[in-house]
Amino acid sequence: MRTNEQGNKGLSFILLVAGIAAMVIALGLDLAGSSFALRGELLIAGIVCFFIGLYQIPSKKHHRKIVYFIFLFPLLFTFAVTVIIPLVLGIGYSFTDWTGIRFTQFVGLSNYTSMFKDPAFIWSILITFLFVVFNMILVNLIAFLLALLCTSTIKGIGFFRTAYFLPNLIGGIVLGYIWQFVFSNVLISITKTSWLSQTKMAMVAIIIVYIWQYAGYIMLIYITGLTQVPGDVLEAASIDGANGIQTLFNIKIPMIASTITICTFLTLTSAFKQFDVNMALTNGAGSVPNFMGNYLSNGTQMLALNIYNTAIAKNSYALGQAKAVLFFIILACVSLIQVRVSNKKEVEM
Amino acid sequence: MSKETKIKKWILFAVGVLIALYVLFPFYLVVMNSFKAQTSIVESPVSLAGASFHQFVENLGKVVNNSNFNFWYALLTSVVITVVSLVLLAVLGGMAAWVISRNNKKKWATAIYMVFIASMIIPFQVVMLPLISTFRDVGKFVGISMLQSIPGIVFAYCGFGGAMTVFILTGFIKGIPYELEEAAGIDGCSPEGTFFRIIFPLLKPVITTVTILNGMWIWNDYLLPSLMLGQNGKVKTLPVAVQAFVGSYVKQWDLILTAALLAIVPMIIIFMFGQKQIMTGMVEGAVK
Repeated sequence: MRTNEQGNKGLSFILLVAGIAAMVIALGLDLAGSSFALRGELLIAGIVCFFIGLYQIPSKKHHRKIVYFIFLFPLLFTFAVTVIIPLVLGIGYSFTDWTGIRFTQFVGLSNYTSMFKDPAFIWSILITFLFVVFNMILVNLIAFLLALLCTSTIKGIGFFRTAYFLPNLIGGIVLGYIWQFVFSNVLISITKTSWLSQTKMAMVAIIIVYIWQYAGYIMLIYITGLTQVPGDVLEAASIDGANGIQTLFNIKIPMIASTITICTFLTLTSAFKQFDVNMALTNGAGSVPNFMGNYLSNGTQMLALNIYNTAIAKNSYALGQAKAVLFFIILACVSLIQVRVSNKKEVEM
Repeated sequence: MSKETKIKKWILFAVGVLIALYVLFPFYLVVMNSFKAQTSIVESPVSLAGASFHQFVENLGKVVNNSNFNFWYALLTSVVITVVSLVLLAVLGGMAAWVISRNNKKKWATAIYMVFIASMIIPFQVVMLPLISTFRDVGKFVGISMLQSIPGIVFAYCGFGGAMTVFILTGFIKGIPYELEEAAGIDGCSPEGTFFRIIFPLLKPVITTVTILNGMWIWNDYLLPSLMLGQNGKVKTLPVAVQAFVGSYVKQWDLILTAALLAIVPMIIIFMFGQKQIMTGMVEGAVK
């Protein structure tokens, strides 16, 4: 590529000009209201021409910089269009009467104030927090016990690991329906009425399904942590006469403190964002007879699902977006606090 | 081995088996009930009574060709979206990560890196609604349909997966000695040649990790495709197809469970081949 540097001057110039011209024409056609069908293809051709032209610029001095730019651009561009621009727009939209397509005026904080007057939303926040706390404790505890089991010297450890991990392969929607079947057709012979039709038990059901799906994955991370505890330390402990439980609490747990941090962080954020299982298992249904003086029909609707339903099902995009912004703020705060607290604990240990 | 520890081991083993039975039980129900008709599922959901291969074929026939599910088409769509996104993420992510880690003393590179890391905490919910309207507007403006199209969704996955991919890859590239690249430069290798011939092949293990993490997420993702492609759109990924199918057959468990089985099987097959890589990849990705 670098041998014919001189010869590329003309080509580079032509490609750059042609590329820019194609892009301008393609976008200009839109502004002119033309219905020319190959507009998109023309734009892409223009972009490609432009980048090839850029690459062919015969300058040894700047070549490295140009390559850096070409390498960085595609990912940064997709990232900006899918994450940064929607984030900025979204925060802006939450202060307007946005309908999902357009907005007519700024409404200040009224979206934010109205959602706090909505008992159903407060309920969603509360049960989400409950769900997160229960999950964080239970998933980590169960996963840790499973990891201890799978790092012991019993037979069939390989099979157990694989079996426990298996549910993690399946998407939330599919496993939500599978468990809906389990609760409403199989377990019903024990529970008489389906758990999914009783608000409290439905929450328990969601937690059970979530543990079923997630504990195997967290277990794998704990196993990695546990196997990294140096063998000579454990040996020294057993020579000093420490029993199994003492080694566990005084050596193993302190030595995998960083693993515990990772796992609590993972369970916290993923439980907080839980959507698929919630949707497929109960779709948020569940009656609450009296909450803040109101009857609620969204007894098992957690935050992520509440946001989705507000915007998509009830078509209140601005309100849904405001809820999402609040959701983001809560998630960011909770994660920061969690990281802070566990860092402190890690140092102490 | 003393008798006591032997007994202990047997108890632990029994506990392990019991848990495994519990974990695998729903899988058993799905498989077994796909071989039954609706009436025998409702009558005896746990036992084998009423299961026949003939019934399985009949269920399959009803599900696979159902206009809401369209299994083969949904499978193909999911495969195309996942594979193309993964390849693009690996290549584009590798390129971006290389540029960032080779300029890590410069302010702009640090800034980009920081933005990537910070963005990892952004929940999808906060960007999903404006994302749809942005994509609709951009699509109209440039004349390429971004919604209800495979290119659009691949584009979105590159954007959403980019941050984590760059984060993991940058950490790895920083550990590759710079002398290697200098030597290549002295030998007359261009910077882009250095990347593709020397650095990129070295990234193989970490790209495996990233691909597994992204792959598990993209394959099973429901919310993004359901919003971008629509429940009743022409293009559907497997999870969206399952949701659309179940929505149209409430409580028809013979069909729903057969559909669930079909949705699970591809992942299980992939898992059987790459079991070790998937399990270690998931852990390595999380630990980083």
